[in-house]
Amino acid sequence: MATPAAPAGGARNGAGPEWGGFEENIQGGGSAVIDMENMDDTSGSSFEDMGELHQRLREEEVDADAAAAEEEDGEFLGMKGFKGQLSRQVADQMWQAGKRQASRAFSLYANIDILRPYFDVEPAQVRSRLLESMIPIKMVSFPQKIAGELYGPLMLVFTLVAILLHGMKTSDTIIREGTLMGTAIGTCFGYWLGVSSFIYFLAYLCNAQITMLQMLALLGYGLFGHCIVLFITYNIHLHALFYLFWLLVGGLSTLRMVAVLVSRTVGPTQRLLLCGTLAALHMLFLLYLHFAYHKVVEGILDTLEGPNIPPMQRVPRDVPAVLPAARLSATVLNATARAIAVTLQAH
Amino acid sequence: MAEAEEPLFVGLSDISISQDIPIGGEITIPMRSHTQEFDSSTLNESVRNTIMHDLKAVGKKFMHVLYSRKSNTLLRDWDLWGPLILCVTLALMLQRGTVDGEKDGGPQFAEVFVIVWFGAVTITLNSKLLGGNISFFQSLCVLGYCILPLIVAMMICRLVLLAGPGPVNFMIWLFVVAVMFAWSVIASTAFLADSQPPNHKILAVYPVFQFYFVISWMILTFTPQ
Repeated sequence: MATPAAPAGGARNGAGPEWGGFEENIQGGGSAVIDMENMDDTSGSSFEDMGELHQRLREEEVDADAAAAEEEDGEFLGMKGFKGQLSRQVADQMWQAGKRQASRAFSLYANIDILRPYFDVEPAQVRSRLLESMIPIKMVSFPQKIAGELYGPLMLVFTLVAILLHGMKTSDTIIREGTLMGTAIGTCFGYWLGVSSFIYFLAYLCNAQITMLQMLALLGYGLFGHCIVLFITYNIHLHALFYLFWLLVGGLSTLRMVAVLVSRTVGPTQRLLLCGTLAALHMLFLLYLHFAYHKVVEGILDTLEGPNIPPMQRVPRDVPAVLPAARLSATVLNATARAIAVTLQAH
Repeated sequence: MAEAEEPLFVGLSDISISQDIPIGGEITIPMRSHTQEFDSSTLNESVRNTIMHDLKAVGKKFMHVLYSRKSNTLLRDWDLWGPLILCVTLALMLQRGTVDGEKDGGPQFAEVFVIVWFGAVTITLNSKLLGGNISFFQSLCVLGYCILPLIVAMMICRLVLLAGPGPVNFMIWLFVVAVMFAWSVIASTAFLADSQPPNHKILAVYPVFQFYFVISWMILTFTPQ
Protein backbone atom coordinates (compact mmCIF):
# COMPACT_ATOMS: atom_id res chain seq x y z
CA MET A 1 0.00 0.00 0.00
CA ALA A 2 2.77 2.44 0.98
CA THR A 3 5.18 1.63 -1.89
CA PRO A 4 3.13 2.94 -4.81
CA ALA A 5 2.02 5.99 -2.82
CA ALA A 6 5.46 7.25 -1.78
CA PRO A 7 7.00 7.99 -5.21
CA ALA A 8 3.76 9.57 -6.41
CA GLY A 9 3.51 11.70 -3.26
CA GLY A 10 7.12 12.78 -3.57
CA ALA A 11 6.59 13.94 -7.13
CA ARG A 12 3.86 16.40 -6.07
CA ASN A 13 5.72 19.13 -4.26
CA GLY A 14 8.81 19.80 -2.22
CA ALA A 15 7.08 20.98 0.97
CA GLY A 16 4.64 18.08 0.95
CA PRO A 17 5.86 15.80 3.76
CA GLU A 18 5.57 18.48 6.50
CA TRP A 19 1.86 18.93 5.90
CA GLY A 20 1.14 15.25 5.36
CA GLY A 21 -1.44 15.34 8.15
CA PHE A 22 -3.98 16.99 5.89
CA GLU A 23 -3.71 14.37 3.25
CA GLU A 24 -4.90 11.28 5.02
CA ASN A 25 -7.63 10.65 2.44
CA ILE A 26 -5.61 10.91 -0.71
CA GLN A 27 -3.60 7.85 -1.57
CA GLY A 28 -1.15 9.31 -4.04
CA GLY A 29 -1.77 11.50 -7.07
CA GLY A 30 -4.24 10.12 -9.58
CA SER A 31 -4.33 6.68 -8.03
CA ALA A 32 -7.59 4.81 -8.09
CA VAL A 33 -6.64 2.62 -5.14
CA ILE A 34 -9.01 3.60 -2.36
CA ASP A 35 -8.14 2.71 1.20
CA MET A 36 -11.24 1.13 2.73
CA GLU A 37 -10.39 2.45 6.21
CA ASN A 38 -10.84 6.00 5.11
CA MET A 39 -14.01 5.59 3.10
CA ASP A 40 -17.14 7.19 4.44
CA ASP A 41 -19.83 4.80 5.58
CA THR A 42 -22.43 7.12 4.21
CA SER A 43 -21.18 7.16 0.66
CA GLY A 44 -24.19 5.82 -1.11
CA SER A 45 -24.95 6.17 -4.78
CA SER A 46 -22.43 5.66 -7.51
CA PHE A 47 -23.22 9.14 -8.79
CA GLU A 48 -21.89 10.74 -5.64
CA ASP A 49 -18.82 8.50 -5.67
CA MET A 50 -18.01 9.45 -9.24
CA GLY A 51 -18.55 13.09 -8.42
CA GLU A 52 -16.16 12.78 -5.48
CA LEU A 53 -13.59 11.00 -7.61
CA HIS A 54 -13.83 13.63 -10.33
CA GLN A 55 -13.41 16.32 -7.73
CA ARG A 56 -10.36 14.60 -6.30
CA LEU A 57 -8.80 14.17 -9.72
CA ARG A 58 -9.43 17.80 -10.56
CA GLU A 59 -7.87 18.82 -7.26
CA GLU A 60 -4.85 16.66 -8.04
CA GLU A 61 -4.48 18.34 -11.43
CA VAL A 62 -4.73 21.78 -9.94
CA ASP A 63 -2.22 20.83 -7.25
CA ALA A 64 0.23 19.38 -9.76
CA ASP A 65 0.05 22.51 -11.94
CA ALA A 66 0.30 24.85 -8.99
CA ALA A 67 3.20 22.87 -7.55
CA ALA A 68 5.07 22.93 -10.85
CA ALA A 69 4.56 26.70 -11.13
CA GLU A 70 5.54 27.26 -7.53
CA GLU A 71 8.68 25.17 -7.78
CA GLU A 72 9.94 27.30 -10.64
CA ASP A 73 8.95 30.40 -8.71
CA GLY A 74 10.80 29.30 -5.59
CA GLU A 75 13.97 28.48 -7.44
CA PHE A 76 14.04 31.84 -9.13
CA LEU A 77 13.32 34.02 -6.11
CA GLY A 78 15.54 32.22 -3.65
CA MET A 79 14.89 32.75 0.08
CA LYS A 80 12.04 35.25 -0.26
CA GLY A 81 10.37 33.05 -2.84
CA PHE A 82 10.57 30.10 -0.47
CA LYS A 83 8.75 31.96 2.35
CA GLY A 84 6.04 33.11 -0.06
CA GLN A 85 5.75 29.60 -1.34
CA LEU A 86 5.40 28.29 2.19
CA SER A 87 2.60 30.67 3.12
CA ARG A 88 0.82 29.91 -0.12
CA GLN A 89 1.16 26.22 0.60
CA VAL A 90 -0.33 26.66 4.05
CA ALA A 91 -3.26 28.65 2.75
CA ASP A 92 -3.83 26.14 -0.01
CA GLN A 93 -3.76 23.16 2.32
CA MET A 94 -6.10 24.80 4.81
CA TRP A 95 -8.56 25.70 2.10
CA GLN A 96 -8.51 22.18 0.75
CA ALA A 97 -8.97 20.69 4.20
CA GLY A 98 -11.91 23.00 4.83
CA LYS A 99 -13.45 22.15 1.50
CA ARG A 100 -13.09 18.47 2.16
CA GLN A 101 -14.73 18.82 5.57
CA ALA A 102 -17.62 20.77 4.07
CA SER A 103 -18.21 18.25 1.30
CA ARG A 104 -18.09 15.42 3.80
CA ALA A 105 -20.63 17.16 6.04
CA PHE A 106 -22.83 17.83 3.04
CA SER A 107 -22.73 14.23 1.89
CA LEU A 108 -23.54 13.18 5.45
CA TYR A 109 -26.58 15.37 6.11
CA ALA A 110 -28.00 16.20 2.69
CA ASN A 111 -27.85 12.60 1.69
CA ILE A 112 -31.09 11.13 0.45
CA ASP A 113 -29.84 7.82 1.76
CA ILE A 114 -31.31 8.85 5.10
CA LEU A 115 -34.73 8.13 3.59
CA ARG A 116 -33.69 4.93 1.86
CA PRO A 117 -34.82 2.49 4.60
CA TYR A 118 -38.36 3.87 4.43
CA PHE A 119 -38.65 2.96 0.76
CA ASP A 120 -37.52 -0.61 1.12
CA VAL A 121 -40.75 -2.36 0.15
CA GLU A 122 -41.96 -5.07 -2.17
CA PRO A 123 -44.96 -4.60 -4.48
CA ALA A 124 -46.75 -7.49 -2.75
CA GLN A 125 -46.33 -5.74 0.61
CA VAL A 126 -47.75 -2.48 -0.74
CA ARG A 127 -50.72 -4.32 -2.23
CA SER A 128 -51.49 -6.16 0.99
CA ARG A 129 -51.18 -2.98 3.05
CA LEU A 130 -53.55 -1.16 0.72
CA LEU A 131 -56.15 -3.88 1.18
CA GLU A 132 -55.60 -4.07 4.93
CA SER A 133 -56.19 -0.34 5.28
CA MET A 134 -59.87 -1.00 4.57
CA ILE A 135 -60.23 -3.82 7.09
CA PRO A 136 -60.64 -2.79 10.73
CA ILE A 137 -59.19 -5.25 13.22
CA LYS A 138 -61.05 -5.92 16.44
CA MET A 139 -58.10 -6.90 18.63
CA VAL A 140 -57.42 -3.80 20.68
CA SER A 141 -55.91 -5.46 23.73
CA PHE A 142 -52.34 -5.29 22.46
CA PRO A 143 -50.67 -2.71 20.19
CA GLN A 144 -51.26 -3.41 16.53
CA LYS A 145 -48.35 -3.35 14.15
CA ILE A 146 -47.96 -0.35 11.82
CA ALA A 147 -45.54 -0.63 8.93
CA GLY A 148 -43.19 2.34 8.95
CA GLU A 149 -42.74 3.00 5.27
CA LEU A 150 -43.25 6.08 3.16
CA TYR A 151 -43.56 4.75 -0.39
CA GLY A 152 -47.22 3.73 -0.18
CA PRO A 153 -48.43 6.90 1.58
CA LEU A 154 -46.48 9.15 -0.79
CA MET A 155 -47.88 7.44 -3.88
CA LEU A 156 -51.40 7.62 -2.45
CA VAL A 157 -51.05 11.35 -1.81
CA PHE A 158 -49.89 11.89 -5.39
CA THR A 159 -52.79 9.78 -6.67
CA LEU A 160 -55.18 11.90 -4.62
CA VAL A 161 -53.62 15.03 -6.17
CA ALA A 162 -54.25 13.63 -9.65
CA ILE A 163 -57.85 12.70 -8.81
CA LEU A 164 -58.43 16.13 -7.28
CA LEU A 165 -57.10 17.80 -10.42
CA HIS A 166 -59.54 15.75 -12.46
CA GLY A 167 -62.36 16.83 -10.16
CA MET A 168 -61.38 20.47 -10.40
CA LYS A 169 -61.27 20.31 -14.17
CA THR A 170 -64.66 18.64 -14.53
CA SER A 171 -66.22 21.15 -12.19
CA ASP A 172 -64.53 23.98 -14.05
CA THR A 173 -63.16 25.53 -10.90
CA ILE A 174 -61.65 28.95 -11.31
CA ILE A 175 -58.86 29.70 -8.90
CA ARG A 176 -58.07 33.35 -8.77
CA GLU A 177 -55.01 33.78 -6.63
CA GLY A 178 -53.14 30.63 -7.48
CA THR A 179 -53.03 27.66 -9.79
CA LEU A 180 -55.06 24.47 -9.95
CA MET A 181 -52.03 22.30 -9.49
CA GLY A 182 -50.77 24.34 -6.58
CA THR A 183 -54.12 24.15 -4.83
CA ALA A 184 -54.40 20.41 -5.36
CA ILE A 185 -50.89 19.71 -4.10
CA GLY A 186 -51.31 22.11 -1.21
CA THR A 187 -54.57 20.54 -0.11
CA CYS A 188 -53.39 16.94 -0.23
CA PHE A 189 -49.92 17.36 1.21
CA GLY A 190 -51.23 19.86 3.72
CA TYR A 191 -53.78 17.38 4.95
CA TRP A 192 -51.35 14.48 5.10
CA LEU A 193 -48.54 16.32 6.85
CA GLY A 194 -50.66 18.72 8.89
CA VAL A 195 -53.18 16.28 10.28
CA SER A 196 -50.45 13.71 10.94
CA SER A 197 -48.51 16.24 12.98
CA PHE A 198 -51.61 17.37 14.83
CA ILE A 199 -52.66 13.83 15.73
CA TYR A 200 -49.08 13.01 16.70
CA PHE A 201 -49.14 16.00 19.03
CA LEU A 202 -52.45 14.84 20.53
CA ALA A 203 -51.02 11.34 20.83
CA TYR A 204 -48.10 12.79 22.74
CA LEU A 205 -50.54 14.52 25.09
CA CYS A 206 -52.61 11.36 25.48
CA ASN A 207 -49.59 9.12 26.01
CA ALA A 208 -50.25 6.98 22.99
CA GLN A 209 -47.47 4.73 21.72
CA ILE A 210 -46.99 5.92 18.20
CA THR A 211 -44.11 7.55 16.37
CA MET A 212 -44.34 10.29 13.77
CA LEU A 213 -43.33 7.93 10.97
CA GLN A 214 -46.03 5.45 11.97
CA MET A 215 -48.62 8.23 12.09
CA LEU A 216 -47.62 9.41 8.62
CA ALA A 217 -47.84 5.86 7.29
CA LEU A 218 -51.21 5.22 8.98
CA LEU A 219 -52.85 8.38 7.68
CA GLY A 220 -51.28 7.93 4.27
CA TYR A 221 -52.78 4.49 3.85
CA GLY A 222 -56.06 5.85 5.18
CA LEU A 223 -56.21 8.07 2.10
CA PHE A 224 -56.75 4.97 -0.03
CA GLY A 225 -60.44 5.03 0.83
CA HIS A 226 -60.63 8.72 -0.10
CA CYS A 227 -59.03 7.99 -3.48
CA ILE A 228 -61.59 5.30 -4.29
CA VAL A 229 -64.60 7.35 -3.23
CA LEU A 230 -63.51 10.50 -5.05
CA PHE A 231 -62.53 8.62 -8.20
CA ILE A 232 -66.04 7.18 -8.45
CA THR A 233 -68.06 10.17 -7.31
CA TYR A 234 -66.22 12.81 -9.35
CA ASN A 235 -67.42 10.94 -12.41
CA ILE A 236 -70.89 9.87 -11.31
CA HIS A 237 -72.67 12.68 -9.58
CA LEU A 238 -75.38 11.19 -7.47
CA HIS A 239 -75.72 12.54 -3.98
CA ALA A 240 -77.15 9.29 -2.63
CA LEU A 241 -74.26 7.35 -4.12
CA PHE A 242 -71.75 9.70 -2.59
CA TYR A 243 -73.28 9.49 0.90
CA LEU A 244 -73.33 5.71 0.66
CA PHE A 245 -69.67 5.55 -0.29
CA TRP A 246 -68.77 8.18 2.26
CA LEU A 247 -70.24 6.13 5.07
CA LEU A 248 -69.12 2.75 3.79
CA VAL A 249 -65.65 3.21 2.38
CA GLY A 250 -64.69 6.30 4.35
CA GLY A 251 -66.08 4.74 7.48
CA LEU A 252 -64.13 1.51 7.01
CA SER A 253 -60.78 3.23 6.57
CA THR A 254 -61.50 5.52 9.53
CA LEU A 255 -62.47 2.53 11.69
CA ARG A 256 -59.22 0.84 10.81
CA MET A 257 -57.15 3.86 11.88
CA VAL A 258 -59.24 4.27 15.01
CA ALA A 259 -58.79 0.62 15.96
CA VAL A 260 -55.01 0.91 15.59
CA LEU A 261 -54.91 4.04 17.74
CA VAL A 262 -57.18 2.55 20.39
CA SER A 263 -54.89 -0.45 20.66
CA ARG A 264 -52.00 1.89 21.35
CA THR A 265 -53.68 4.22 23.89
CA VAL A 266 -54.56 3.62 27.51
CA GLY A 267 -57.53 5.24 29.26
CA PRO A 268 -61.05 5.94 27.97
CA THR A 269 -60.82 9.75 27.91
CA GLN A 270 -57.58 9.72 25.94
CA ARG A 271 -58.93 7.15 23.51
CA LEU A 272 -62.07 9.20 22.98
CA LEU A 273 -60.18 12.42 22.40
CA LEU A 274 -57.63 10.98 20.00
CA CYS A 275 -59.91 8.75 17.98
CA GLY A 276 -62.76 11.23 17.91
CA THR A 277 -60.52 13.94 16.51
CA LEU A 278 -59.02 11.66 13.86
CA ALA A 279 -62.41 10.27 12.80
CA ALA A 280 -63.94 13.74 12.55
CA LEU A 281 -61.06 15.18 10.53
CA HIS A 282 -60.86 12.20 8.18
CA MET A 283 -64.56 12.05 7.37
CA LEU A 284 -64.95 15.81 7.11
CA PHE A 285 -62.00 15.99 4.69
CA LEU A 286 -63.72 13.57 2.34
CA LEU A 287 -66.94 15.57 2.58
CA TYR A 288 -65.06 18.77 1.82
CA LEU A 289 -63.23 17.32 -1.18
CA HIS A 290 -66.47 16.17 -2.72
CA PHE A 291 -68.58 19.25 -2.18
CA ALA A 292 -65.96 21.85 -2.94
CA TYR A 293 -65.73 20.93 -6.60
CA HIS A 294 -69.06 19.75 -7.90
CA LYS A 295 -71.39 22.75 -7.78
CA VAL A 296 -70.92 23.96 -11.35
CA VAL A 297 -71.46 20.55 -12.94
CA GLU A 298 -74.85 20.37 -11.22
CA GLY A 299 -75.78 23.66 -12.89
CA ILE A 300 -75.09 22.30 -16.35
CA LEU A 301 -76.97 19.07 -15.63
CA ASP A 302 -80.07 21.04 -14.70
CA THR A 303 -80.21 22.71 -18.08
CA LEU A 304 -79.60 19.46 -19.95
CA GLU A 305 -82.52 17.76 -18.17
CA GLY A 306 -85.00 19.78 -20.23
CA PRO A 307 -87.97 17.42 -20.56
CA ASN A 308 -88.16 16.50 -16.84
CA ILE A 309 -88.52 20.04 -15.53
CA PRO A 310 -91.79 21.92 -16.03
CA PRO A 311 -91.31 25.10 -18.08
CA MET A 312 -91.96 27.51 -15.16
CA GLN A 313 -89.12 26.15 -13.08
CA ARG A 314 -86.53 26.16 -15.83
CA VAL A 315 -83.80 28.66 -15.03
CA PRO A 316 -82.20 30.32 -18.06
CA ARG A 317 -78.50 29.66 -18.09
CA ASP A 318 -75.77 30.14 -20.67
CA VAL A 319 -74.59 26.80 -21.92
CA PRO A 320 -71.26 27.40 -23.71
CA ALA A 321 -71.28 26.55 -27.39
CA VAL A 322 -68.08 24.55 -27.10
CA LEU A 323 -68.28 22.05 -24.29
CA PRO A 324 -64.80 21.29 -23.03
CA ALA A 325 -63.76 17.69 -23.37
CA ALA A 326 -63.73 16.91 -19.68
CA ARG A 327 -67.23 18.19 -19.11
CA LEU A 328 -68.46 16.29 -22.15
CA SER A 329 -67.33 12.97 -20.73
CA ALA A 330 -68.59 13.81 -17.26
CA THR A 331 -71.98 14.96 -18.49
CA VAL A 332 -72.40 11.85 -20.62
CA LEU A 333 -71.68 9.67 -17.60
CA ASN A 334 -73.95 11.71 -15.36
CA ALA A 335 -76.77 11.72 -17.87
CA THR A 336 -76.54 7.92 -18.10
CA ALA A 337 -76.50 7.57 -14.34
CA ARG A 338 -79.48 9.89 -13.93
CA ALA A 339 -81.39 8.04 -16.61
CA ILE A 340 -80.77 4.79 -14.77
CA ALA A 341 -81.84 6.35 -11.46
CA VAL A 342 -85.03 7.74 -13.00
CA THR A 343 -85.96 4.38 -14.53
CA LEU A 344 -85.24 2.65 -11.23
CA GLN A 345 -87.45 5.13 -9.40
CA ALA A 346 -90.21 4.60 -11.92
CA HIS A 347 -90.24 0.83 -11.14
CA MET B 1 -1.46 -36.79 -0.38
CA ALA B 2 0.30 -34.23 1.74
CA GLU B 3 3.64 -35.77 0.85
CA ALA B 4 2.88 -35.47 -2.84
CA GLU B 5 2.04 -31.76 -2.41
CA GLU B 6 5.05 -30.77 -0.29
CA PRO B 7 7.71 -30.93 -3.02
CA LEU B 8 5.53 -28.58 -5.12
CA PHE B 9 5.64 -25.66 -2.67
CA VAL B 10 9.11 -26.10 -1.26
CA GLY B 11 10.73 -23.81 -3.78
CA LEU B 12 8.46 -20.84 -3.04
CA SER B 13 10.82 -19.23 -0.55
CA ASP B 14 13.55 -19.14 -3.21
CA ILE B 15 11.60 -16.85 -5.49
CA SER B 16 12.82 -13.31 -5.44
CA ILE B 17 12.02 -10.37 -7.62
CA SER B 18 14.86 -8.50 -9.14
CA GLN B 19 15.00 -4.83 -8.12
CA ASP B 20 15.41 -3.66 -11.69
CA ILE B 21 11.89 -4.58 -12.72
CA PRO B 22 9.46 -1.90 -11.48
CA ILE B 23 6.30 -3.52 -10.24
CA GLY B 24 4.82 -0.41 -8.71
CA GLY B 25 2.69 1.88 -10.80
CA GLU B 26 -0.34 4.01 -10.96
CA ILE B 27 -3.77 2.90 -11.95
CA THR B 28 -5.23 5.97 -13.53
CA ILE B 29 -8.80 6.24 -14.59
CA PRO B 30 -9.04 6.83 -18.32
CA MET B 31 -11.84 9.39 -17.78
CA ARG B 32 -9.29 12.06 -16.88
CA SER B 33 -7.74 12.24 -20.33
CA HIS B 34 -11.18 11.82 -21.91
CA THR B 35 -12.57 14.93 -20.23
CA GLN B 36 -9.48 16.95 -21.10
CA GLU B 37 -9.83 15.99 -24.75
CA PHE B 38 -13.54 16.77 -24.77
CA ASP B 39 -13.12 20.21 -23.17
CA SER B 40 -10.47 21.42 -25.55
CA SER B 41 -12.23 20.11 -28.64
CA THR B 42 -15.53 21.94 -28.08
CA LEU B 43 -14.04 25.15 -26.74
CA ASN B 44 -12.09 25.83 -29.87
CA GLU B 45 -14.71 25.17 -32.48
CA SER B 46 -17.10 27.83 -33.73
CA VAL B 47 -20.48 28.47 -32.12
CA ARG B 48 -22.35 27.30 -35.21
CA ASN B 49 -20.57 23.95 -35.13
CA THR B 50 -21.34 23.47 -31.47
CA ILE B 51 -25.00 24.28 -31.97
CA MET B 52 -25.29 21.95 -34.97
CA HIS B 53 -23.52 19.21 -33.04
CA ASP B 54 -25.88 19.61 -30.10
CA LEU B 55 -28.97 19.79 -32.29
CA LYS B 56 -27.94 16.63 -34.11
CA ALA B 57 -27.47 14.84 -30.78
CA VAL B 58 -30.91 16.01 -29.64
CA GLY B 59 -32.48 14.92 -32.93
CA LYS B 60 -30.85 11.51 -32.68
CA LYS B 61 -32.31 11.05 -29.23
CA PHE B 62 -35.77 12.05 -30.48
CA MET B 63 -35.50 9.20 -32.98
CA HIS B 64 -34.50 6.81 -30.22
CA VAL B 65 -37.56 7.77 -28.19
CA LEU B 66 -39.94 7.52 -31.11
CA TYR B 67 -38.68 4.13 -32.24
CA SER B 68 -38.19 2.78 -28.70
CA ARG B 69 -35.18 0.70 -29.54
CA LYS B 70 -33.18 -0.85 -26.77
CA SER B 71 -30.22 1.47 -27.01
CA ASN B 72 -28.18 3.15 -24.35
CA THR B 73 -27.62 6.45 -26.11
CA LEU B 74 -30.15 8.28 -23.96
CA LEU B 75 -28.47 7.06 -20.81
CA ARG B 76 -24.85 7.30 -21.89
CA ASP B 77 -24.83 10.70 -23.56
CA TRP B 78 -27.50 12.39 -21.53
CA ASP B 79 -28.24 16.05 -22.05
CA LEU B 80 -30.92 18.40 -20.83
CA TRP B 81 -31.34 20.47 -24.02
CA GLY B 82 -33.98 18.14 -25.44
CA PRO B 83 -36.13 18.12 -22.29
CA LEU B 84 -35.88 21.90 -22.08
CA ILE B 85 -36.99 22.40 -25.69
CA LEU B 86 -39.85 19.94 -25.25
CA CYS B 87 -41.00 21.45 -21.96
CA VAL B 88 -41.01 24.98 -23.34
CA THR B 89 -42.92 23.83 -26.45
CA LEU B 90 -45.51 22.06 -24.31
CA ALA B 91 -45.93 25.02 -21.99
CA LEU B 92 -46.34 27.43 -24.91
CA MET B 93 -48.95 25.24 -26.58
CA LEU B 94 -50.94 24.74 -23.39
CA GLN B 95 -50.95 28.37 -22.43
CA ARG B 96 -54.10 30.35 -22.79
CA GLY B 97 -54.19 34.10 -22.64
CA THR B 98 -56.14 35.67 -19.79
CA VAL B 99 -59.50 37.20 -20.68
CA ASP B 100 -60.51 40.38 -18.85
CA GLY B 101 -57.92 39.75 -16.16
CA GLU B 102 -59.58 36.48 -15.16
CA LYS B 103 -57.90 33.13 -15.34
CA ASP B 104 -59.91 30.70 -17.42
CA GLY B 105 -58.63 27.69 -15.58
CA GLY B 106 -56.00 26.82 -18.15
CA PRO B 107 -52.47 26.10 -17.02
CA GLN B 108 -50.09 29.01 -17.25
CA PHE B 109 -46.60 28.65 -18.65
CA ALA B 110 -44.94 28.52 -15.25
CA GLU B 111 -47.38 25.91 -13.98
CA VAL B 112 -46.59 23.46 -16.77
CA PHE B 113 -42.88 24.07 -16.34
CA VAL B 114 -43.04 23.46 -12.61
CA ILE B 115 -45.17 20.34 -13.00
CA VAL B 116 -42.80 18.80 -15.54
CA TRP B 117 -39.57 19.53 -13.74
CA PHE B 118 -40.69 18.86 -10.18
CA GLY B 119 -42.51 15.75 -11.32
CA ALA B 120 -39.35 14.51 -12.99
CA VAL B 121 -37.26 15.32 -9.91
CA THR B 122 -39.72 13.49 -7.64
CA ILE B 123 -39.73 10.40 -9.85
CA THR B 124 -35.94 10.41 -9.98
CA LEU B 125 -35.66 10.67 -6.21
CA ASN B 126 -38.19 7.87 -5.81
CA SER B 127 -36.32 5.67 -8.25
CA LYS B 128 -33.02 6.29 -6.46
CA LEU B 129 -34.56 5.61 -3.06
CA LEU B 130 -35.94 2.31 -4.33
CA GLY B 131 -32.40 1.22 -5.05
CA GLY B 132 -31.99 2.08 -8.71
CA ASN B 133 -28.50 2.63 -10.05
CA ILE B 134 -29.31 5.36 -12.51
CA SER B 135 -27.85 8.79 -12.05
CA PHE B 136 -29.95 11.85 -11.27
CA PHE B 137 -29.48 13.64 -14.59
CA GLN B 138 -29.77 10.50 -16.69
CA SER B 139 -33.21 9.95 -15.24
CA LEU B 140 -34.24 13.58 -15.82
CA CYS B 141 -33.01 13.25 -19.40
CA VAL B 142 -35.04 10.09 -20.08
CA LEU B 143 -38.24 11.48 -18.54
CA GLY B 144 -37.89 14.74 -20.44
CA TYR B 145 -37.29 13.10 -23.80
CA CYS B 146 -40.26 10.77 -23.36
CA ILE B 147 -42.64 13.74 -23.31
CA LEU B 148 -42.13 13.88 -27.10
CA PRO B 149 -45.06 11.57 -28.02
CA LEU B 150 -47.40 13.72 -25.94
CA ILE B 151 -46.25 16.84 -27.78
CA VAL B 152 -47.03 15.09 -31.06
CA ALA B 153 -50.48 14.32 -29.60
CA MET B 154 -50.91 17.97 -28.67
CA MET B 155 -50.12 19.08 -32.22
CA ILE B 156 -52.56 16.58 -33.69
CA CYS B 157 -55.21 17.73 -31.22
CA ARG B 158 -54.81 21.34 -32.23
CA LEU B 159 -55.31 20.35 -35.86
CA VAL B 160 -58.39 18.32 -34.92
CA LEU B 161 -59.78 21.25 -32.95
CA LEU B 162 -59.40 23.49 -35.98
CA ALA B 163 -61.87 21.19 -37.73
CA GLY B 164 -64.48 22.16 -35.14
CA PRO B 165 -65.84 20.66 -31.90
CA GLY B 166 -68.09 17.63 -31.75
CA PRO B 167 -68.27 14.15 -30.28
CA VAL B 168 -66.46 12.48 -33.22
CA ASN B 169 -63.55 14.88 -32.97
CA PHE B 170 -63.49 14.37 -29.24
CA MET B 171 -63.28 10.60 -29.73
CA ILE B 172 -60.36 10.98 -32.15
CA TRP B 173 -58.68 13.33 -29.71
CA LEU B 174 -59.16 10.93 -26.80
CA PHE B 175 -57.83 8.00 -28.82
CA VAL B 176 -54.73 9.89 -29.99
CA VAL B 177 -53.88 11.13 -26.49
CA ALA B 178 -54.41 7.67 -25.03
CA VAL B 179 -52.10 6.06 -27.61
CA MET B 180 -49.38 8.67 -27.12
CA PHE B 181 -49.67 8.38 -23.34
CA ALA B 182 -49.13 4.62 -23.59
CA TRP B 183 -46.17 5.21 -25.92
CA SER B 184 -44.56 7.66 -23.47
CA VAL B 185 -44.94 5.30 -20.56
CA ILE B 186 -43.58 2.32 -22.50
CA ALA B 187 -40.65 4.33 -23.86
CA SER B 188 -39.59 5.64 -20.47
CA THR B 189 -40.14 2.26 -18.82
CA ALA B 190 -37.84 0.63 -21.37
CA PHE B 191 -35.03 2.88 -20.19
CA LEU B 192 -35.79 3.25 -16.51
CA ALA B 193 -36.92 -0.22 -15.53
CA ASP B 194 -33.59 -1.77 -16.41
CA SER B 195 -31.86 0.24 -13.74
CA GLN B 196 -34.06 -1.13 -10.96
CA PRO B 197 -33.75 -4.45 -9.15
CA PRO B 198 -36.30 -6.84 -10.70
CA ASN B 199 -38.76 -6.86 -7.80
CA HIS B 200 -38.97 -3.07 -7.66
CA LYS B 201 -39.79 -2.43 -11.30
CA ILE B 202 -43.48 -1.81 -10.85
CA LEU B 203 -42.87 0.40 -7.81
CA ALA B 204 -40.66 2.63 -9.95
CA VAL B 205 -42.99 2.59 -12.97
CA TYR B 206 -46.18 3.67 -11.15
CA PRO B 207 -45.08 7.30 -10.52
CA VAL B 208 -43.94 7.52 -14.16
CA PHE B 209 -47.43 6.40 -15.17
CA GLN B 210 -48.98 9.08 -12.95
CA PHE B 211 -46.64 11.79 -14.25
CA TYR B 212 -47.54 11.17 -17.89
CA PHE B 213 -51.18 10.76 -16.91
CA VAL B 214 -51.24 14.27 -15.42
CA ILE B 215 -49.58 15.70 -18.55
CA SER B 216 -52.02 13.80 -20.80
CA TRP B 217 -54.87 15.11 -18.69
CA MET B 218 -53.67 18.68 -19.13
CA ILE B 219 -53.54 18.11 -22.91
CA LEU B 220 -56.95 16.44 -22.97
CA THR B 221 -58.69 19.22 -21.09
CA PHE B 222 -57.14 21.92 -23.22
CA THR B 223 -59.66 24.15 -24.92
CA PRO B 224 -58.59 26.98 -27.16
CA GLN B 225 -60.16 30.40 -26.74
